[in-house]
Amino acid sequence: MKNLNVLVVDDEPGICSGVKRILKNFTVSYPFMDEDRGFQVYESFTGEEALDFIKQSPPDIVLLDNKLPGIQGTEVLDYINKNNRDIIVMIITSYASLELAVKATDQGAYDFIPKPFTPQELKSAMENVTKNIFLRSMTKRLNKEGKEVRFQFLSVLSHELKSPLNAVEGYLRMMQERQAGEQLSDYQQVVERSLQRIKGMRTLIMDLLDLTKIQSDEKDKQYEQVNLADIARSAIESVNPYAIQKELDIRFHEPDQPVSLYSDPNDMEIVMNNLVSNAVKYNYEGGRVDIHLEGTREGARIRVSDTGIGMNQEETARLFKEFVRIKNEKTKNITGSGLGLSIVKQVIDLYGGDIQVKSEPEKGSTFTVFLPTKEEYNAETTSS
Amino acid sequence: MLTDDDVDYLFQMRFYLEQSGFRVVTAESQKQAEEVLQSTRPDLAIYDLMMETEDSGFILSYKTRRQYPDVPIIIATAVASETGVSFSLNSEQEQKWIKADLYLEKGIRKEQMVKEINKLLNR
Repeated sequence: MKNLNVLVVDDEPGICSGVKRILKNFTVSYPFMDEDRGFQVYESFTGEEALDFIKQSPPDIVLLDNKLPGIQGTEVLDYINKNNRDIIVMIITSYASLELAVKATDQGAYDFIPKPFTPQELKSAMENVTKNIFLRSMTKRLNKEGKEVRFQFLSVLSHELKSPLNAVEGYLRMMQERQAGEQLSDYQQVVERSLQRIKGMRTLIMDLLDLTKIQSDEKDKQYEQVNLADIARSAIESVNPYAIQKELDIRFHEPDQPVSLYSDPNDMEIVMNNLVSNAVKYNYEGGRVDIHLEGTREGARIRVSDTGIGMNQEETARLFKEFVRIKNEKTKNITGSGLGLSIVKQVIDLYGGDIQVKSEPEKGSTFTVFLPTKEEYNAETTSS
Repeated sequence: MLTDDDVDYLFQMRFYLEQSGFRVVTAESQKQAEEVLQSTRPDLAIYDLMMETEDSGFILSYKTRRQYPDVPIIIATAVASETGVSFSLNSEQEQKWIKADLYLEKGIRKEQMVKEINKLLNR
C-alpha cells in the first residue's frame, strides 16, 4: 500500500490530532488504482512552520486553516501555487468564513471542508482528493506517451451536441423503418421528443454564440448608456409564455430613478436573460420571481430571486463552471446547455463586477449582480 | 441492463432490444444502477460513460465486475475520440483499468449493438 503525505496546518491542536485519528486506519480504493492508498499525517501549528515543512519535503496534500496566528492561510496557499503546484490544498474553515473558502478555491485551493467536520466528511473529502491525485498522475503519464487527454471543453461540447443528434437520428430511423406502426399517429411521442431535443440543441448553439460574442475583441463592443429597466422588461417578455404555463408571478420592482450603465447592450441582455430565465426554469408551479434594480454612483445592482428548487452549498460552489448542470431528481426534466451561468460570470468579470448567489434547497435562489460604472472600472484597472 | 441519463437513448435502445427478444431493465443514473445491481444480476450491462460525473460508467463497470465477475459490460458513450479523448480497450494498460468488455460509440446502428451483445453472450 502506498501512503499519501498529508500536512495539517491549524493552530488548534485538536484538529491535528483529530485528523490523525480519523485517517489512521483509513484507506482509499479507487476503481482504476492498482493499490489502495493510506495517509501519513504531519502537523504544523503556524503558517511559517508549514512553509518550512513544504520546502523540505513537499507533501501530497495540505489541509490548511484560513486563520492562523502568524502569516495567514492565503499566504501559504500563494506560496504553494507559485512553487509546488502539485500539492493539493484543502481549506479547513469554520462555517462563518465559508465565503473566504470559496474564494480560496478560485485562487487555486482544490476544495474546502467546513469545520467542525465529521470523520465521514473528512474521509469522503480525502477520497475525492486521492482520486484527483491519481487521475492527474495518469493524465501526465498519458501525455508523456503522446496521447492527448483533453477531458475539457471540446470533448464535453461534442458530447452535448452529439447526444441530441443521436436521439433525433434514432427516432427518425424508427419512423423510416416503421418500427412502431404504420400510422403517423403512432409516432406522436417520437416526434414530440425529437422536437424537444432539437430545441435543446438550439439553446446550446445560441449559448455558444453568446460565449464567442463575449470572448470577442473589445473593439467589437458597442458601448452606450443602457437603461437596465428596458433590458429587464424585454427579458421578462421573452420568458412570459413559459411563465404563464407555470403560473408564475413575475414582479419587476422598477426603481424610481432610471438605472443606466455605460455598457454594450448585448452583454446586459445576456446577463439579464440568463438570470430571469433561470428563475423561471427552476421555479415551482405557482411560484414567484422578483427582479430588483438599484443604481448608485458606484454602479448598478441587479437582484433576481425565485421561490424555486434552490441548491445546496456544494452545488452553489460549482455553479459558474462551464457545462455544470446540477443533476438531480428535481432538475431531471429541465433542459439547459450548462453554459448560461458561466457566460454570465464571464460577462460580469469583463466589466469588473461580481455575482453572488444565496440559495436554499426547496426555498429558492437569489442572484445578485453588481456592475461598476465604467469610470470606476477604468480607474481600478489602471491602478492595479 | 441498460443505464443512461439520456431518456431518449434509453427509450430507443429499450425498444430495439425488446424487439430483438431481450428483457430490459433500465436505470437513469449511476445511483439508480447501483440500486438495481443490489437485487438483480443482469446477463449483460450497458453503461453510459458520463452521467452524474464524467466517469460514472467506469465506476459502474468496476462495481459490477466486483459483484458479478462474469457479467459482460459494454460502455456506450457519445464522448468522441476525434476531440482527443482517447479511451479505448486497445492497449493493455487501458484494459487493466477500464473494467468493460467493449467500448462503443453511441452513434452505432442498433443492429450492430444487437450483434455485439450476442457476441458477448456467446450466442
